[in-house]
Amino acid sequence: MSARLPYALALAGLLSAGQASAQAPVELTMYYPVAVGGALTEVIDGLVADFETEHPDIAVDAIYAGNYDDTRVRAMSAVEAGDAPQLSVMFSIDLYELLEQDVIVAFDEAVETDEEREWLDSFYPALMENGRLDGATYGIPFQRSTIVFYWNKDAFTAAGLDPETPPETWAEMAEMAATIREASGGEQWGVMVPSTGYPYWMFQAFAFQNGHRLMSEDGTEVYFDDPAAIEALEYWVSLADEHGAMPGGTIEWGTLRQNFIEQSTAMMWHSTGNLTAVKNEAGFDFGVAMLPMNTQRGSPTGGGNFYLFKDATAEERRAAMTFIRWMTAPERAATWSIETGYMGVSPAAYETEALRDYVAEFPPAAVARDQLEHATAELATYQGGRVRRALDNAVQAALTGQMTPEAALQQAQREADAALRRYAR
Amino acid sequence: MANRASDRRLQIYGALLLLPAAVLLGTFAYLPTVATLVNSLFLPGFRGAPPEFVGLENYALLIEDRTFWQVARNNLLYALGTIPTAIALALGMALFVNGRLPGRGLVRMAYFTPTVLPMIAAANIWMFFYAPQIGLFNKLLGTLGIAGPNWLGDPAVALTSVIVMTVWKEAGFFMIFYLAALQSIPPELEEAASLEGTGRWSFFWRVTFPLLMPTTLFVLINALINAVRVVDHLFILTKGGPNNATNLLLYYVYENAFSFFDRTYAATITVVILLVLAVVATIKFRVLDRRTHYQ
Amino acid sequence: MTAPDTAAVTSRRIALRLPRLETVAAWLLAIVWIFPLLYAVWAAFHPSAFMVRFDLLAPLTLENFTDAWNQAPFARYYLNTFLLVTGIVAGQFVVCTLAGFAFARFPIPGRDVLFMLVLIQLFVFPEVLIVENYRIASALGLVDTIAGIGLPYVASAFGIFLLRQTFKTIPRELEEAARVEGCGWMAVLLKVYVPLAKPTYLAYGLVSISHHWNNFLWPLVVTNSVESRPLTVGLGIFSAPETGVNWATISAATLLSIAPLLVAFLLFQRQFVQSFLRAGIR
Repeated sequence: MSARLPYALALAGLLSAGQASAQAPVELTMYYPVAVGGALTEVIDGLVADFETEHPDIAVDAIYAGNYDDTRVRAMSAVEAGDAPQLSVMFSIDLYELLEQDVIVAFDEAVETDEEREWLDSFYPALMENGRLDGATYGIPFQRSTIVFYWNKDAFTAAGLDPETPPETWAEMAEMAATIREASGGEQWGVMVPSTGYPYWMFQAFAFQNGHRLMSEDGTEVYFDDPAAIEALEYWVSLADEHGAMPGGTIEWGTLRQNFIEQSTAMMWHSTGNLTAVKNEAGFDFGVAMLPMNTQRGSPTGGGNFYLFKDATAEERRAAMTFIRWMTAPERAATWSIETGYMGVSPAAYETEALRDYVAEFPPAAVARDQLEHATAELATYQGGRVRRALDNAVQAALTGQMTPEAALQQAQREADAALRRYAR
Repeated sequence: MANRASDRRLQIYGALLLLPAAVLLGTFAYLPTVATLVNSLFLPGFRGAPPEFVGLENYALLIEDRTFWQVARNNLLYALGTIPTAIALALGMALFVNGRLPGRGLVRMAYFTPTVLPMIAAANIWMFFYAPQIGLFNKLLGTLGIAGPNWLGDPAVALTSVIVMTVWKEAGFFMIFYLAALQSIPPELEEAASLEGTGRWSFFWRVTFPLLMPTTLFVLINALINAVRVVDHLFILTKGGPNNATNLLLYYVYENAFSFFDRTYAATITVVILLVLAVVATIKFRVLDRRTHYQ
Repeated sequence: MTAPDTAAVTSRRIALRLPRLETVAAWLLAIVWIFPLLYAVWAAFHPSAFMVRFDLLAPLTLENFTDAWNQAPFARYYLNTFLLVTGIVAGQFVVCTLAGFAFARFPIPGRDVLFMLVLIQLFVFPEVLIVENYRIASALGLVDTIAGIGLPYVASAFGIFLLRQTFKTIPRELEEAARVEGCGWMAVLLKVYVPLAKPTYLAYGLVSISHHWNNFLWPLVVTNSVESRPLTVGLGIFSAPETGVNWATISAATLLSIAPLLVAFLLFQRQFVQSFLRAGIR
């Protein structure tokens, strides 16, 4: 009985769609992920509802599918089952996988007017890096982030540090973190950098701050065992081992924000997407700054892009374009940024009244944007799942003392090379 | 003649009764089993090409795959860690609840309740216990002045943490089988033994425990199957990390199939799981069923 | 004969003392065992600031439940799980009854071999075959449907086995009496066998309900959207640590998901335990 119910509903849906095709709205399905705190699903539902009010001819079914990995799995599974969505928000680095499975189209094929062509160029260039390949644009930035530095000003004061001066360099951060740890009598940790969930992402920041990019432009090669990368991982490990400023073992991505709120750490590196949640929950004065540097500043960008899926009628494709343009328009980008802490994806978003006022009142909201000029693309390659996992394992092996940073990264390099062996150009 | 015709009719009728089950089992048990074996002989198509037959290459990769061996070893340790502990605790619980105990019903309920929770829910709750710094365990240890470990983030401890949670979840389930078995032991035995002056301890080892042997074997088989089948908690607790320290075979299959899009390698690992289960099944049908027969 | 007497006295003294120690141990273990659940209840009913701070005067709140309820479509998840579980149990009853009847009473050629084949499914269950079962479900258009989650479990070897055992214990005379009255096989099955097997159905039904209410991996693989996602998968996605959702909210969501089964268990404890026993002991 229950088994038939979905079919019956689907059938009813088809029938009614057939009968009323003249007025029936175009139905779009999209999957989207959430990987940071706060009730983001409510924000998305609210935006979608607003869109539908403005565009009664389009109905959008936005499906929350879990984290970025879950969302990729769900969308691919829907494609395989012949029930492909027309668009989705997915990990910006899923590009290669999606191209390889041949399920997406470039936005260049979908744009029709000059205005739309201009729209393609209206976003921050750094945010387009992960979405472009061989001159075509496949991903439009939506929930995009960089890693930023959060610090607890009260803890800085308590340790005799200047609460308004965050560390500028690696050495300063290690020193300040150790000072805080000591001043608190071991009650509070100095700094935490998450090493589950997306360890490769954090490691990319360290590597880039050390002047090193981990992958080639075309996603077919990685450079994990470079001396600059090894040095970066050694620094990360030393925060716990030498400076005693960070707890040993891995640090959980998901509970880190809670750690910061509970003041069990005075500083943390985390996605800017957590900013609003931290702002709402912190019972102390905190600041947000760019990540500290070694030879240069740097953070990878991160987060989700809009993709257009191949399997859609011309009408659906148009509707999807309308929806994506609406969602990424400066006003929405501003709302989205204020509600979450994710970046306003275009310069125009920061020129809207809402976001301008917000930044004036709450300057941390602009840090991620200011950091963009020091940003690099997130680690994206073919066989991304395996390659990232290889690097994740290396980071965790080094942090937990199972291997030296050098040995761990060499092993990751071998594993990634093996995964990419068929892709050399 | 009439008899044979009616026999024939009965046969056809019986076969028809079996048909729905046969179709479903064929579709969702036998066909996928065979398909798993076949697919383990292919490599996924490169850039949209159809899958390529490569014979035993996947198995060669598997033998060289250090992660696979680590995962297999983890699964073995996981089984060795969960099964004897859960069985011993279950037996202890059953003995407690079988005796005269004030509030017996409440105690039995406390033991059994974790069994009715989904593994996902249990993992959610334990996540709060295990979180370092702010989790309950380390807060409690902290009040005693002990710096607790990083329960799920330290590869030396993480698998044990997962095992502890599993034991908590499973022991109560096994308890009820022991309880039933204990209740079927005639009380005269114990009376006779106490008349002879046999101590409770030696009575347990000389009489009770051997009488419980079939139950122990039954529980053992179930526990073995669960050690392979249930990986739900990993999705919440560790995702197999850190550095694969808590990865188990079935989770590794899931990762390969759905995170790495490598279905054929996933099939190869599945074959290994099927082999393990075949061994368990053989033990069950050959050893166990001599005692508790099916007819 | 004094020595044995003293021994008897001491042993009696020990016998008197030991149970008390046992009682303490039994209760301690019980408290440890139920504690995680009590903790979840504590966390769910208090503001998140009290997650790790015990304070008897902490204010009670239902806000975590409303938060959880608003942040994920739990009502839909309930409906899905309910449809899934009733669908599976209904399907299992029909399919396993027919098959169990066939194995118990019909002279099918190669019956024993067939039965062994069925029993293999006790070991090769759908979870192990997620990869291929997913492909098959996909080919049959069952992905992201409740039927897709349930169908692989309908022909349950366990159910067939249990019902076959039960049917075999029913005396042939009852069946023959019904046949004399002119009943066909179906009528015999429905009027004689099924009513007499009621306890088995109850036991198997309860075991099956609790198993499928709690099942996670296969539903996770085969569902994509809210329309088919059962509670466990909804909860798993909701509380995956990456989302950094507030702990108190997760506790509330966890309790929401387990409440119906837990309440049913607490009310019908006896039947549950009996059922697991009946279904487990062969």
